[in-house]
Amino acid sequence: MTTAAAAVTIENVTKTFAKGGTTALQDIDLELQPGEFVSLIGPSGCGKSTLLRVIGDLIQPSTGTVHVGGKTAQQARVDNDYGMVFQEAVLFDWRTVAKNISLPLELAGWERTRRTERVKEMVDLVELGGFESHHPWELSGGMQMRVAIARALSFDPKLLLMDEPFGALDEMTRERLNIELLRIWEAAGSTVVFVTHSITEAVFLSTRVVVMSPRPGRIAGLVEIDLPQPRTADTREEPRFFELATELRELLRGRTAEGVH
Amino acid sequence: MSSVVVSEPGRTLAQGFGRGIRDWVPAVVILVAILVGWQLAIDAFDIQRFLLPKPSAIAARFWEERETLWSAGWFTFQEALWGFAAGCSAAILAALLLARFRPLGTALMPYFIAANAVPIIAFAPIAIAWFGIDKGSKIAIAGVLCFFPVLVNTLKGLTSVRPATIELMRSYAAGDVQIFRRVRIPASLPYLFSSLKVASVLAMIGAIVGEYFGGSLTSLGIQIKSASALFNFETAWAAILVACILGMSFYLVIALAERLAMRWYPSSRGAQS
Repeated sequence: MTTAAAAVTIENVTKTFAKGGTTALQDIDLELQPGEFVSLIGPSGCGKSTLLRVIGDLIQPSTGTVHVGGKTAQQARVDNDYGMVFQEAVLFDWRTVAKNISLPLELAGWERTRRTERVKEMVDLVELGGFESHHPWELSGGMQMRVAIARALSFDPKLLLMDEPFGALDEMTRERLNIELLRIWEAAGSTVVFVTHSITEAVFLSTRVVVMSPRPGRIAGLVEIDLPQPRTADTREEPRFFELATELRELLRGRTAEGVH
Repeated sequence: MSSVVVSEPGRTLAQGFGRGIRDWVPAVVILVAILVGWQLAIDAFDIQRFLLPKPSAIAARFWEERETLWSAGWFTFQEALWGFAAGCSAAILAALLLARFRPLGTALMPYFIAANAVPIIAFAPIAIAWFGIDKGSKIAIAGVLCFFPVLVNTLKGLTSVRPATIELMRSYAAGDVQIFRRVRIPASLPYLFSSLKVASVLAMIGAIVGEYFGGSLTSLGIQIKSASALFNFETAWAAILVACILGMSFYLVIALAERLAMRWYPSSRGAQS
């Protein structure tokens, strides 16, 4: 069933939480190809963050299976096959920027010289040169998020899982980081699963968008984003961008009783 | 993206203290004003010396009896120190165990919080019956006084780590031991040190109050008690002064250790202190 080439294969996944018996996910089937940038979009409570955690083996599905790069989700986690970025940057105050980025490398037992080299590459990738020895609280929210992205990519994972990483940032920082993220994605060549509740963000970033409906969380539709690559600030003004955003908006509205904000 | 919110990476510890000295000037002015006011008020209102001796008389006695007082102070300070060391290490060890085995911690935590509210000093006479009239009972009282606040705070620090941090560590397939070493222990340091500062004060209180119930003649508590009984109030006040100096020095040493151990901590960079 599982093709070795698929980056992520989700089959028949249902998740019911013991507390309150809510069904967060129902009958989810999804296959992601290597190099795809896939956004999961839907209103609050549609289980998009839960689905992301199921892929990352941080939550066990009630039924169904998840494979990452042909391995079980658990094996993929143990093998450091994915990096994760959360809603908050989740940086350690007692570690400098460089030390925060090298944390997963320390855990994986990399040698010091190799770590230093890799951290330097990562700092350059997210353009934080000069801030290596700063502590997290000395950085703005956007810069903290860049450190978190650098940390997630430091061990060169094939898959990047992102849970509304720019949700807490202002619109201008968010748009700038969107462009940066696409540049990083192209440079790193990894597959990205990106949770968001912003329609425009999903259209701008993704090669494909998975629209989810709430209670129980199901896949309401898949939309290919056929905007040309690389995307620039001008992409947001193309007619096709608006068409795709409208298509997503209608899919979201059609399947949700209370509507979408 | 070049907006740096707070950035003082160049500030050294020495500069931190330099700023600290300037901050102390108003406090020193107040102290001098109080001492001068005290001195003058005693003559002006004809206050009896057994109620309150003059600061100059206390200072004179402090100088005359300096050898007796300081050796008594050192004796008492040693008791406090041993009690602090024993109480705090036992508390840290217990906190690590209870954080590691959460159900045990959850079961025992209400009792620790309750015990933390017990006036442990009330047990001082019993401690003397258990551990003898000598140093042992004072060390025990100081130790028990230190134990609960350090335990409760350290346990809180070890366990109140944001869930996202634990998820992050699990995404790296980090085990419990690694989560402890790299997340829980560093995250608990601010809680640990603020409780150690409290404990340093409690240890001195425990040792001196313990001595009030009987003990070596060369101890500070007995000096204060017997000087007061003999209406020798200048000596009692001078002994209290020794206790204050020792207690504050102890506190400052812990505060200094805190700064050295947590140079990364925002408030130790001058945000609060």
